[in-house]
Amino acid sequence: MIAPLHDGRAWLTAQRWLLPVLLLLGLGLSFAIPQYNFPNKYIQLIIMYVGINIILTVSLNLVNGYMGEFSLAHAGFMAIGAYTAALLTMRVLPVADYPWLFPLAVLAGGLMAALFSFLVAIPSFKIRGDYLAIITLAFLMIVKSVIENIDYLGGPRGMPGIRKLTTLPWTFFWTVLSVWAVRNFVYSNYGRGVLSIREDEIASDLMSVNTHRVKFLAFALSAFFAGVAGALFAHVLQFISPRVFDIIKTTDILIMVYLGGIASIAGSMLGATVFTVLLEVLRPSNTAALLSWLPDFIFDPLNEYFIQHLGIWRMVIMPLLLVLLMLFRPRGIMGLREFGWFVPRLDREAGVGAVLPEKDHEPARSQ
Amino acid sequence: MSLLAASNVSHYFGGLCAVANFNLALQAGELMGIIGPNGAGKTTIFNLITGVYRATEGSIEFNRTELVGKTPHQITALRIARTFQNIRLFKDLSVLDNVRIAHYSQVAYNPLEALFHVGRYQREERRIIAHSRELLAMLKLDHLVGETAGNLPYGLQRRLEIARALAIGPELLLLDEPAAGMNPNEIDRLMEFIRWIRQEFKLTILLIEHQMKLVMGICERLLVLDFGATLAEGTPPEIQNNPKVLEAYLGEEPVG
Repeated sequence: MIAPLHDGRAWLTAQRWLLPVLLLLGLGLSFAIPQYNFPNKYIQLIIMYVGINIILTVSLNLVNGYMGEFSLAHAGFMAIGAYTAALLTMRVLPVADYPWLFPLAVLAGGLMAALFSFLVAIPSFKIRGDYLAIITLAFLMIVKSVIENIDYLGGPRGMPGIRKLTTLPWTFFWTVLSVWAVRNFVYSNYGRGVLSIREDEIASDLMSVNTHRVKFLAFALSAFFAGVAGALFAHVLQFISPRVFDIIKTTDILIMVYLGGIASIAGSMLGATVFTVLLEVLRPSNTAALLSWLPDFIFDPLNEYFIQHLGIWRMVIMPLLLVLLMLFRPRGIMGLREFGWFVPRLDREAGVGAVLPEKDHEPARSQ
Repeated sequence: MSLLAASNVSHYFGGLCAVANFNLALQAGELMGIIGPNGAGKTTIFNLITGVYRATEGSIEFNRTELVGKTPHQITALRIARTFQNIRLFKDLSVLDNVRIAHYSQVAYNPLEALFHVGRYQREERRIIAHSRELLAMLKLDHLVGETAGNLPYGLQRRLEIARALAIGPELLLLDEPAAGMNPNEIDRLMEFIRWIRQEFKLTILLIEHQMKLVMGICERLLVLDFGATLAEGTPPEIQNNPKVLEAYLGEEPVG
């Protein structure tokens, strides 16, 4: 599916039996960490943000990476999911008594976002590239201003008092589900259609790919998980307002996608994790805490001249990192490559789909 | 009854008439060539047949099914496959995936089965991989399955494009300048190759070509286009001796 790595490096010889073990371990940890409050609430919060950001990045990568369109609408779908789920948990579902109803609200948020995705999918039949980017931006702005003008949703003041229902196990569950579903979709007939649209839409159509249907599905799946992420996000933050889901939010997700690498699930997970963790690490108090082991004569000047000003500088460091990345690795860290674990067995046996082990790799020969 | 029948097809780009009153009756099993100077409307005819453009006037029937008004993927699913003048492979994808994508309309599982990799997914994927590999083996590309298509040498890219078109399972194959950029030796081998796939896959072939060696060598019937209009039609020797064709290609004989 994805171009193999041409230096023949195997990232990890697939120890596939490890995957279920790791999943169980992750699930166990997601219950154990809050149970024993390890190491503290702040770190747990960051782990949840990492999960939510992975969902956002993997789903946006489906449209922007695999399909090669440039959508800016992701924060809009997130808002639809967030508001739908928040309304349900605050006014409809009796979650106070039955907290296990929460996933229903998340599911509804995802479905509502998927429902609205046709507003972006239909223009994409005719329009590509910069023009589609403008349409998706317009969609984002419309969602934001519609919410701002509905009093029932709190208008520009937003909705306070949402219950904190997003837990670590639920975040883990939805993250795994999104990665699994997007990966399955990508390695299917429809996913190959998505890839062929990126490569050459006309040729794709002429090779019998129903490009409209494929685009519909890709946008719907992408929006569904953006909605899911929005729902989870609302129930961590406990307060949502239209301002939370503006163009800046979309930009953050875009950065995570392009940092990790286009058309790569492993890349998206990596990009989301690196970006989220780095932003937290670069907070002055965190950096100071992380570097406190340095001897005083180094730490004190560093603290005075650099760390204290990180509050401003971290917003320079991240974009700078992105500029450097685009210069030296324009396709992102894992662009167009995949971690062996994410490639289905059939594809790997057929000799495609990811990094090939060195011995199987033969260079092209003309004959 | 002919396999492909175009009657009175015209196509305009704005005010420009690209194809005027075009008629064609292609019999099943035939190998026909379309020739003509650059800009005569040859590729436009391919685009009209495959649905890239919608004919302004006229009708095109394939196996008695009207093609005008259908989208390219619908037409392709009727088993009309084509290649392109300038190779249009999916360059960043592997050789195998290029061929697998062309199976799109033949895959019998729905999006939900794709999302969870259940139901018919495994069986269908196995079938498509096997069929793609078989095709690649027949065209001697099987040692390159995992290679990125864009990294293949030019000649192999041409062959892969034909392999991808054959994955459609076509009854009619449209070849748009298959010999572009080839030397006389390569053209000889290409002629052999076209004859072979025609027999092996029981194809009807319509091809556009400038290389007279190839056209005269393998086509049973030729159609000459000039400025969107049919100039002449007939067997290669008839065309070679047709004064109107000579005039279009070489200009009028100087007086005196």
